[in-house]
Parts: sequence; C-alpha cells; structure tokens
Amino acid sequence: MKDLHEFLVSPAETARRHGPHDRIVMSSRVRLARNLKEAAFPGWAKKPERVKILETIRPAVESLPEMKDAFSEAMDNLGALDKQILVERHLISREHAAKSSGSGLVLNREETFCVMINEEDHLRMQALRPGLQLKQAWNAIDHLDSELEKKLDYAFDGDLGYLTACPTNLGTGIRVSAMLHLPGLVLGEQINPIIQSVNKLGLAVRGLYGEGTEALGNVFQVSNQMTLGENEPAIVERLEKVLSQIIEHEENARQTLLEKKPKVVFNHIGRAYGILANAHSISSKETMNLLSLMRLGVDMGLFPGAERSLVDELFLVTQPAHLQKKLSDKLTAEERDLIRADMVRERLKNVSRPVINPPPNAAN
Amino acid sequence: MQCSICKEKPATVHLTQIVGEKMQKLDLCEDCAKTKGVNDPSGFALADIMLGLGAAQEVEQAVGTDLKCPRCGFSQADFKKSGRLGCPECYKTFAEGLGGLLKTMHKGTRHTGKSPEALRASRENSDRLKTLQKKLNKAIESENFEEAAQLRDELKQLTPRAPVSPVK
Repeated sequence: MKDLHEFLVSPAETARRHGPHDRIVMSSRVRLARNLKEAAFPGWAKKPERVKILETIRPAVESLPEMKDAFSEAMDNLGALDKQILVERHLISREHAAKSSGSGLVLNREETFCVMINEEDHLRMQALRPGLQLKQAWNAIDHLDSELEKKLDYAFDGDLGYLTACPTNLGTGIRVSAMLHLPGLVLGEQINPIIQSVNKLGLAVRGLYGEGTEALGNVFQVSNQMTLGENEPAIVERLEKVLSQIIEHEENARQTLLEKKPKVVFNHIGRAYGILANAHSISSKETMNLLSLMRLGVDMGLFPGAERSLVDELFLVTQPAHLQKKLSDKLTAEERDLIRADMVRERLKNVSRPVINPPPNAAN
Repeated sequence: MQCSICKEKPATVHLTQIVGEKMQKLDLCEDCAKTKGVNDPSGFALADIMLGLGAAQEVEQAVGTDLKCPRCGFSQADFKKSGRLGCPECYKTFAEGLGGLLKTMHKGTRHTGKSPEALRASRENSDRLKTLQKKLNKAIESENFEEAAQLRDELKQLTPRAPVSPVK
C-alpha cells in the first residue's frame, strides 16, 4: 500500500502549477459519470455487490497506461484525515470522502486524472488541469473513457445515452467546471448580477465547496448543469465562452476599482496583510478570505517580490486537514487557530507590507 | 456564537444554503455537526439540492404510484426520497414519469453526444444488414437472381452468427 502523503505532490509544488489565465482561473476539470450495465447504482447496491463492482472496475482502471504508478486504494483503507486532505486538494468530492468499504480511488502520478469508484455512480472519472484548459481536459478524459469502455460493459441507451444514478447527469454524464478567483467582482459588488446571468444560461455557480454564493476566499466554481440533448464539445465550448466573459469582467472590475476607488482597494489589502502577518489566532475561513485579498494584491503588484504561489500554498496548507496533518496530536478547532496564525506569521515574515503606488503595468 | 442545536458549545461549523432567493444559515458546534451528518452537505434535502427547488414534488408526480423496478426492486418512494434511481433498468421501468422530468431538467430528451465504440460499430453493422436484406427481398421479387446471389453472399459475410470456421 502506497502512503498517500509520500504520493501527493507537496502543497508548494501544487501552488507552482501554471496554466493559461491562472491569475483568475485556478483550475479546470471535466468529469464523466459512467455505470456498469448489470449492476445496481452504488446508492442502492448492497455492500457485497458494491465490493464486487469495485473489484471489477479497479483493476480495469489500474491497467490503463495513464495510470502507471498510480495511487489506488479502497476508501476503507484511508483514514478520515487522508480523505479530508483529498477533499481540500479537490481530488475527491465530499460525498466520496464519506464512503468506506466498496468504494475506491485511483489517482495518477501527475495528479491530472482522478477516478472515483462507487461514488454516486460506479465511475466518476475526472481530468484536472491548472488554469483555463477545458478542451484539453475534455480530450484527456474522452481518451481515458474510450480506453476504459473496451474493458467494461457500460450502461448505455441509444436514446438516453449513458445511464446515471441521478437523472441530472443522464446522457453525456459530463460536468465541465472551472474554479475562479473573483475578488474584483466581489469587492466591486458586481458578483450577484454576474451569477444571475450565468444561471440564466443554464450554468451553475457554486462556492469553493459548493456551499452557496458567499464563497470562501472569493473562489467560485462554474459548471454546466444540463447533460442531455447537447453533445460534449458543444457543452465545453459554451462554458468556455461564458468563462472568457467572466474573466473579462473580473479584469475590468479590478481596473475600475484601482481607478475609481483606490483607497478602498488599498484598505482591504493592507488590512488583510496586517491581520495575516500579525494575528495569533485565526480561523480557516478568515484566513482564506484574507489570503484572497493578498492574492489580489500580488496580482496588482502591491507586494513586489512576493509570488502568487506563496499565497496559493498558504491557501492550501492552512485548511484544517492539511494543518492537522503536520501535527502529531489531534487538535480542537481553537488550538488549530493558534497554530494556523503562527504558521502564516512565519511564512509572511519576509513579505513587506503592501506598497501604495503599484508599478503602472502591474495590473496586466 | 453558540451552537443553534445544543445551545451550549460554541459554533464552529457555519452552513449557508442558498436555494433560489432563499438563504438559510445554520451555526453548529463540531459535535452537533457530526451527529447531524453535516460534514456531507449532499445529505441535505437531497432531491431539492440536486434537482432544484420543488423538485421533490415533481418527482412525486413523475413516477407512477406502485411501480417497482423488476430488476432491482427500486420503488417510487425510494426515488422520491433520494432523487436517484436504483439501477440502469429503472430508466425503462419509470420511463413514463421520467420523460417530463427530463424535459424540464435538460436541453433535450435525446442523447446526441458520445457513445461506446463497440455499440456504434454493431449498430452500423445491423443497419447495413437491414438494407442488404431489403435489397435481397426486392431482387428475389423481381426475379433478379444474379443480384440476389451476390447479395446473399454479402449478407453471409456480415452476419455474426455464421462465422467462418477456421481450417484445422
């Protein structure tokens, strides 16, 4: 059995992954839902059946060339902390983290493919890419799926397409999504109309972990909702178009804020830095929201010499499971707040406070 | 802030659920959050969260009263409760009720995307067989036996039930 923590790329390294438009688009993901023809869906199948399904699917996934040297494990062999770390890395869903025997996970070496077995469907395979790379992610997962269909008997209907446990995923079984950092739209109070118009286009907007619009750290996930009646490339293209518009709105919002309300922007970013660099107790939620402002400050050139990757790394390592993992004793939320503050203060020691006059070209 | 369930311990888990215009907030302590299963937000009003507001009622109307899937035993009540189906066969069992639901949920009711390669190939094959068979019938009717013989040979080659046995 491989150790998850030796396998996973370090947070510092994940923070240095780059892709197109990664100032605003943190990552892209395409997920496909598939099921076996002759079995009940995971939510209805009894445990022995689920175990059998896992035993059928797991070797098939492991045998794919993309999955050479992959991390492959049954969920009951992973501890609660490990599962939570996988959630914080956005490699598995919260729902999957709650699963135990009869469910599994196969993650490739590069962390670009992650297959969940017996989540809501028998197979939830995802391709992940940094920045805005929806087409690349679709092509990658399309290929993986085509390889896998040679080894497994999928439930497919000529009229309804791929059959899924929930009718909302029926047809293509595809969910195309991108994670966006939108502090400009939030500060400029334009985020709600944007969300509403995106919703009208049949796309969903969720928070960092899908908990509503007051997204932690100003991070939003935009994804398609409809999966039937439209083919995959059309869905990918539609999302791409909407995303490029959101990116433009975010860039404009940042520009407008700097021109019209520079004091508001400097005040927010300066206070964020002040708290992060000096607090002795800080919650995970506050940390994320303040780090988001610091990230904006880095993008605007207010922290010369500081890298965006430092902020992104802190965004990950200050989350509860990542923080807990570094320590031997099980801590309460209050104790974690103290340690989190110590860690952030230490990491920001060499970051000077924000400058007031950013270099004129920094915002581009 | 105090936990809104036990009203004793401080609340450290804050939930915000927004459905349409309605926003609900809930503040819980770690223990109550655990006992209520709040770690998994998908556990909340399942059908509503997944299918949109009011979907639970629609599901109720969508599926016939005492219908049960002959393959997996999944019933209307189960669908109402979870918003999910029991097995691939359920789509046939509950087809009638699902039709309307799919219409409101999706862009169309017919799949136009990817399909498994093997299925695509066998479907093309069966389409070709059908056309050949029609041509053959026509040829026989019009007593065009030369063409009929040719078509018969072509059909033989395509038919999967009559594989050419290898020479020993």
